Amino acid sequence: MREDWRFRLREQRACWTAAALFVLIFALYIAKHQTGWTVPVLTTAANKGVLLAIVAMAQTLPVLTSGIDLSVGMVFVLANCLASHLVVGTPLQAAAGVLVVLAAGALCGWINGAIIVYGRLQPIITTLATGAVYFGLALGLRPVPGGDVHAGLADALTGALPGGIPAMLVVLLAVVLLVWVPFRRSAVGRAALAIGSAEAAAYMSGVNIGRTRLVTYTLAGLLASIGGLLLTFVTYSGEASAAIGGVYTLNSIAAVVIGGTSLAGGAGSAIGSVFGALVLRTIGDLLFVFDLEPLWQPLFQGVILLAAVSLGALRLLKVDNRLDLFK
Amino acid sequence: MTALALRLRRSRHLPVVAAAACTLGLLLVGSLYSRNFLSADYLLLQLQIASFLGLVATGAMLVILLGGIDLSVPWLVTVGGVMSAAAAGWWGPAGEWLAIPFGILCGCLFGIVNGIGVAYLRVPSMIFTLGINAVAQGLIVVQTGGFAPQDRATPAMHLLATGRSLLGIPNPLLVWIVVGACTLFLLHRTTLGRAIYGVGNSERAAYLSGVDTRRVTLLCFAIAGACSAAAGVLLTGYSTKAYQAMGDAYQLPAIAAVVLGGTHILGGRGSYVGTVVGVILITLLQSILSVMQIPEMGRQVIYGAVIIAMLLMYGRGRRHSQ
Amino acid sequence: MDPVLELVDVSKRYGGVRALDRAQFACAPGRIHALLGENGAGKSTLIKIMAGVVQPDEGRIVLEGSDRRFVHPQHAVAAGIACIFQELSLMPHLSVADNICITNPPTRLGLIDRRAQRRVAEAALARAGAEDIHPLAPVDSLSLSRRQMVEIAKALSRQPKILILDEATSALTAADVQRVYGLLKRLRDEGLAIVYISHRMNEIAELADECSVFRNGRHVATFEAGSQSDAQTVEMMIGRDIAHAFPPKPPPRAAAETAPPALDVRGLSWGGRLHDIRLAVRAGEIVGLGGLDGQGQREFFLALFGVLRGVTGEVRQGGDPVSAGSPRQAKRRGIGIALVPEDRKTDGLMLPMSVRDNLSFAALDRLSRAGVVIASAEVEATAAMVRRLSIKAPELGDPVATLSGGNQQKVVIAKWLMNAPRIVLLSDPTRGIDVGTKQEIYVLLRRLAEEGAAVLLYSTDYAELIGCCDRVAVFFDGRIVRWLAGAELTEHALVASALNLTAETLH
Repeated sequence: MREDWRFRLREQRACWTAAALFVLIFALYIAKHQTGWTVPVLTTAANKGVLLAIVAMAQTLPVLTSGIDLSVGMVFVLANCLASHLVVGTPLQAAAGVLVVLAAGALCGWINGAIIVYGRLQPIITTLATGAVYFGLALGLRPVPGGDVHAGLADALTGALPGGIPAMLVVLLAVVLLVWVPFRRSAVGRAALAIGSAEAAAYMSGVNIGRTRLVTYTLAGLLASIGGLLLTFVTYSGEASAAIGGVYTLNSIAAVVIGGTSLAGGAGSAIGSVFGALVLRTIGDLLFVFDLEPLWQPLFQGVILLAAVSLGALRLLKVDNRLDLFK
Repeated sequence: MTALALRLRRSRHLPVVAAAACTLGLLLVGSLYSRNFLSADYLLLQLQIASFLGLVATGAMLVILLGGIDLSVPWLVTVGGVMSAAAAGWWGPAGEWLAIPFGILCGCLFGIVNGIGVAYLRVPSMIFTLGINAVAQGLIVVQTGGFAPQDRATPAMHLLATGRSLLGIPNPLLVWIVVGACTLFLLHRTTLGRAIYGVGNSERAAYLSGVDTRRVTLLCFAIAGACSAAAGVLLTGYSTKAYQAMGDAYQLPAIAAVVLGGTHILGGRGSYVGTVVGVILITLLQSILSVMQIPEMGRQVIYGAVIIAMLLMYGRGRRHSQ
Repeated sequence: MDPVLELVDVSKRYGGVRALDRAQFACAPGRIHALLGENGAGKSTLIKIMAGVVQPDEGRIVLEGSDRRFVHPQHAVAAGIACIFQELSLMPHLSVADNICITNPPTRLGLIDRRAQRRVAEAALARAGAEDIHPLAPVDSLSLSRRQMVEIAKALSRQPKILILDEATSALTAADVQRVYGLLKRLRDEGLAIVYISHRMNEIAELADECSVFRNGRHVATFEAGSQSDAQTVEMMIGRDIAHAFPPKPPPRAAAETAPPALDVRGLSWGGRLHDIRLAVRAGEIVGLGGLDGQGQREFFLALFGVLRGVTGEVRQGGDPVSAGSPRQAKRRGIGIALVPEDRKTDGLMLPMSVRDNLSFAALDRLSRAGVVIASAEVEATAAMVRRLSIKAPELGDPVATLSGGNQQKVVIAKWLMNAPRIVLLSDPTRGIDVGTKQEIYVLLRRLAEEGAAVLLYSTDYAELIGCCDRVAVFFDGRIVRWLAGAELTEHALVASALNLTAETLH
């Protein structure tokens, strides 16, 4: 029995490291913050952090299959613009709008998957191109920033629950429990890991590679659209900004790496990516709170990002067969 | 399908031929819209504009051939522009021409760091170049905010970017032709070029054949950094001013141009001629879309759709059962 | 007894190479059917077709009387055919239990039922005789031998009616080999039809009830085990008398030799995997490395070639100490080592590149000046090499992937011969190659030795070691446990030393 725990722990090791890192940095942030551990501070932090966390979760799924999704940021923006049109009016209309937005995100993801599986194109260039298409659609929906969102819903989700817990955190938890955990524990989720670990072996073992990839990319699209929906609640508007889309895409990749998932696929967890995203977000805030001159903040953020992703290089010191360095 | 079509489908040259055909098609479509499209002036202007992208795509192609990807293009372009303008400010009239290689050198240095991270620290290129992009951004922000250097281009840079010094050919095009010729020579006639293709196909096999794969990787990233910075220097000359976010518009089109030109995104295969065609194709596409005054929305959608459509023609992988 | 699985007139072509030519095969329940044949005879293709990994161009597959098509490996598995391939089908990052139940795991509410899965895994491991493997252990933490056992457990967990094993014991420890023999006999008695591929006669003698021989993609004969002698069987496999399969060996040298050995290794150790290796090879000798797979032979070659870090001990060449820190240094004129790796597809060749580019790849320094390749020198040198090794490549500009396995291997060897190496290391060079090319390679090796090179040959094929090598060093657990030469060099002795059995326990 003790052996069991040892194995399970080792599996989650990267996740725990990312979580520990986050706790450390967040503690520093709260300690240095003027107001400290108060509901408004936590809520603001949650509102910003959860958005990237969910997009990072979206990115994790394709990465597990040793692919990548460079369109998550654009699906995020597209969902935001779409929600600013549809998630309005009566509660029923708003609810329907939410469903349409989520369905649109899933559809975008499905299209990505279909081109990759049936078109047999590489994920990186496919999602690069579809990202442009999705951004174009977002621009069509919102040539200029604007729109509105159901105020009640937005207020509820961006506020705090009784007890001081930011509502966004609850949403994050719900997404993890309703999307990631079932995926990870199901046969298709495990098949995704199998494909990333050794695709040829997975094929020979009878895994349905095409169907697994399709499900993976579709879920990625769905998660990205959840993020976009939540963005609408935070900003109360829709904006088709290429800059935001690009930043979210690239930061999601960084979050995945910091969270301990290898870009080569086969092992990792979206929960690690969540902590990776929260770490990234908090670092930005941390520099602000330490009264670091705004001028120096981007540089520090860049250096810390670089250092964080280079940490893996430490294990190179142990390698004694140089062939292992090459895949 | 006819025998010719079948042979073409399997040939290595299909991507280049297809991309060239598409380019011609675009010209025809454009000429339907406006007779201007086929005039020599307009075409030369397009080639001039394409030269900037062409420089970036040259560096991008080398890295992609290795099996990696360089996501630090946006800010390395800016580094080239900002640092060359700044150097002009520091060195005065004496530095008018020296500012150009200085800007390129700065980009090259970043490229070397990229190479160290990817080749020696074995960090995946996607994420390391992303980090370098952020660091470059940070440094430029500090530089421009903290030290307020000159941001105007020198007359020399302006000449290089807009002049026509030889036979009426725009100077940027000349630069691209020279760089392109060197790259073509490098890839097809030198041992380094062979090593690049070898590493891109199988770094293991190349290593076991006695190639110093790490040094090859470092060199390619260094060249890519220099190429991005060179484009930045030219851009600054063109618009007479260096500004942040200069390079944003070059990252994705460069990758698209390389891939449309037939270079395999996972590396090991591709010819520079294809990249040239790909760059011209993308430039023409962007031109036509703007001339036809298609709103930005339509442009993005068409841009993405064209890339997918072309790749479905010749970029498809093999089935599992083969 | 009625056959449970039949392949009738099955053909398969890969490009210009005919892997199977109207092949016939039938296996019956309760029998172990051995598939014999040289590499390239079509055995692997045959079982890939049975397992649904590859589709036949022509022919029928008849399962329990009805015609079937297996478009996807899943279909074959569902039909009761489980196959254990040479290249393991395990996912390294996943746990043993996850691997065993990768398709159709027990589920509850749509999610994988981990407890039930663990029980299934434990049962499968127990049935395979590998209870000591923990179901939650990640596969990449297991040794090759343990992984093979997991692979067997995985096949058994599918409750197959037909079990196919492709060289399944090549990586196993002695104890595991015995366990697997016992397991296969038990399964046979339970009524499974077992197809067993091997080219080791001792295994066939131990296990098989009936044998089928394939040669050049065609079915040659099927007979009851024991009804043909070894010599007759081998003759069916290679189509000619075994005595002429190998070039003649020179007589053993006189004891006193004044020149220092071409390669002199003393006390070479590395990271717990290689211990105190001592070996000397003279110019003109072919020395073999024997022993089971994974006993350190490959690592020894890598150490000589400069790939490993932290190697201790002394390596001398022609009397002078040398040290190579990388393959780049090892291949230089001063040292002149060449390594022909065992996996030509991933380690030896760049498949999409042309034949010419592959041939010249390791010798570009000699074919260029100041970094620029001299095209005429390259064309000349590569053409000469193609002639010397009789490489069948119609167009040197074509991708090397279009060549047959045998010709690809010749390209790898030729690539290194372009450097005129003094020490040639070959790691299982004839794996997966047809008979004709194998013989050409044997002749080539002997000629290389005669021209003054020192050749080291690692092979898992006993016949090859016996036929080609002047002396054989048998490895076990990273050490050389026995040297065999001359009359002592027999299959019996090789097997015994490989399993580290002393002479007394042999009988």
